[in-house]
Amino acid sequence: MPQAPAAVAAAPAAAPSGRDLRLDLFRGIALWLIFLDHIPSNIVSWVTIRNYGFSDAAEMFVFISGYTAAFVYGRAMRQRGFVVAGARILKRAWQVYVAHVFLFVVYLAEIAYVSKNFESSLYAEEWNIFDFLKQPDVTLFQALVLKFKPVNMDVLPLYIVLLLGFPAALWLLLRRPALALAGSAILYAMARTFEWNIPAYPSGEWVFNPLAWQLLFVIGAWCGVGGAERLAGLIRSRVVAVLAVAYLVFAFAIVMTWYFPRYGYLVPRWLGELIYPIDKANLDVLRLLHFMALAVLAVRLVPPGSPALNAPVFRPAILCGQHSLEIFCLGVFLAFAGHFIRVELSGGPLLQLVISLTGIGVMIGVAWLLTWYQALEGRGPGRRTPNADLAGGDV
Amino acid sequence: MKALPLLLAALVPLSPAFAEGDACETGKSLIPAEVALSQATAAVAQHHSLNIVVLGTGSSTLPPPAGEKAAYPARLQGALSALLPGIAVKVVADVKARQTAAEMLDQALPGIAQQRPALIIWQTGTVDAIKGVDPEEFRATLEQGVEMLQADRVDVVFMNMQYSPRTDAMISINAYADNMRWVALQHDVPLFDRFALMKHWAELGTFDLYDASKNTDTAERVHDCIGRLLAGLIAGAVKQPAPAAESR
Repeated sequence: MPQAPAAVAAAPAAAPSGRDLRLDLFRGIALWLIFLDHIPSNIVSWVTIRNYGFSDAAEMFVFISGYTAAFVYGRAMRQRGFVVAGARILKRAWQVYVAHVFLFVVYLAEIAYVSKNFESSLYAEEWNIFDFLKQPDVTLFQALVLKFKPVNMDVLPLYIVLLLGFPAALWLLLRRPALALAGSAILYAMARTFEWNIPAYPSGEWVFNPLAWQLLFVIGAWCGVGGAERLAGLIRSRVVAVLAVAYLVFAFAIVMTWYFPRYGYLVPRWLGELIYPIDKANLDVLRLLHFMALAVLAVRLVPPGSPALNAPVFRPAILCGQHSLEIFCLGVFLAFAGHFIRVELSGGPLLQLVISLTGIGVMIGVAWLLTWYQALEGRGPGRRTPNADLAGGDV
Repeated sequence: MKALPLLLAALVPLSPAFAEGDACETGKSLIPAEVALSQATAAVAQHHSLNIVVLGTGSSTLPPPAGEKAAYPARLQGALSALLPGIAVKVVADVKARQTAAEMLDQALPGIAQQRPALIIWQTGTVDAIKGVDPEEFRATLEQGVEMLQADRVDVVFMNMQYSPRTDAMISINAYADNMRWVALQHDVPLFDRFALMKHWAELGTFDLYDASKNTDTAERVHDCIGRLLAGLIAGAVKQPAPAAESR
């Protein structure tokens, strides 16, 4: 297997050589959570982190993707220069685009089928969602230019835009990391202040504003090119850990008042005015902090190179995390399929559980298969760049 | 998280407003208790009347043959009249399909405010979610509308989207539902959480919301329950300070 030096996976260093298996592990978990959250009204999705705090798996995913992209392409840029690394990043963006279009076609097929059998008098209004099928000329074009994005298909377009801007960002990160980070934060602040975003079709704007979410991606990338080491002292600090726990408890308490409206009065008015609305599209500061707090605790709980990471129990998640683009797409597809099965069978919680577990099982199986293929090709002739895209793990 | 309302349901005392064994009852825990509707309360106490306008879109009515009579605004009037004996309850439905919140704010709300109802049930969110209106704009619209109505001394109750399992994967409801909840919290507007309620019924199997046939039975029963639960919420609010029975 290409990631044979897994055992030497050590702390991410300025010029990293080994893989940090924690990235694969957490990204694999994020992929599972995204899958569970994408199955509509799935009773199993109550386990996912978005129900217990402000941030969700999307933050994990974007941060780790930034980290690994910097890790892999940063090395390429150091060794082979800006043009080669930049070209590889753009090639990756193209691959993600193709994957997105493929998923869109699958989505269309499902929607077109479901709309044929939909005649409920209760849901006459909701039926309008199928209107876009009536004008394929507009819909297909808007989808190809990434303006029309059905529900749950917003992450890949975000990633495409992030990758398009990444060669320049990485160039700066390798020379003046602090400046790159500051520039990213300024862009974030300006996008939020002046409400810059990319328009969407038929109306509105992108659900994940790339101009805001780039901050998390760049923070991840900054950590990936050596920033993590600089933060090590901070992360080990007891004060930071206490603050992180306190913040997570606070977020948990607030979120609970959403599920139990009877206790809504416990949130003082001034606090409500301060924190609401929590803006996902523009990566609200509360969400960003929540993710940071989770990340600090995760890094403390699972130290780099921990032998536990090689335990078989973590293997499935790590495998999924190592093939994130493929497994992400598969997850979106499985969520469609799961929804379709539920609509056809009208099942209860048991069916939801079966669908959720089966889906994760399929994700693991395919990840294992991909690893096997990779090993097969790795042994063959003509293999050029070990660990480049897949093991480096973009998306 | 989604299973927790089930647990709560067991803890909440059943309201006398519902007959025993009533299917609607199972959603009672999701209806906010102890809401304050000052204008409606004053109208009941002083004029023994309660004028309500339901401002809504397609999901506030039913297609023929069931039609308006079976839809929840009519059910609300029936149930509320029964809960408030001696009070002249009138519910007018101002329903137009495919309206966004902004269109309602521009076209319908000014006229309604002039009619001076004591209470307006503002059902919205679905069309905005389908059209992908910017959630921020949606929130600003709700705030503007609520502030306008409150300045005109009209009480507001929000009603959010229906839970629709078949289209759940296709309409992005969350951002709109969250914004409605936040505007409600900040402006002391009770939120009738139709989405959570219907989801709860679907999970319990109270109603088969997957049923996609043209049969209107389920639709009528759902609307009946919504009307009655809404009546319970309103009656609870207007009775609290000066119970209707005593004020007569």
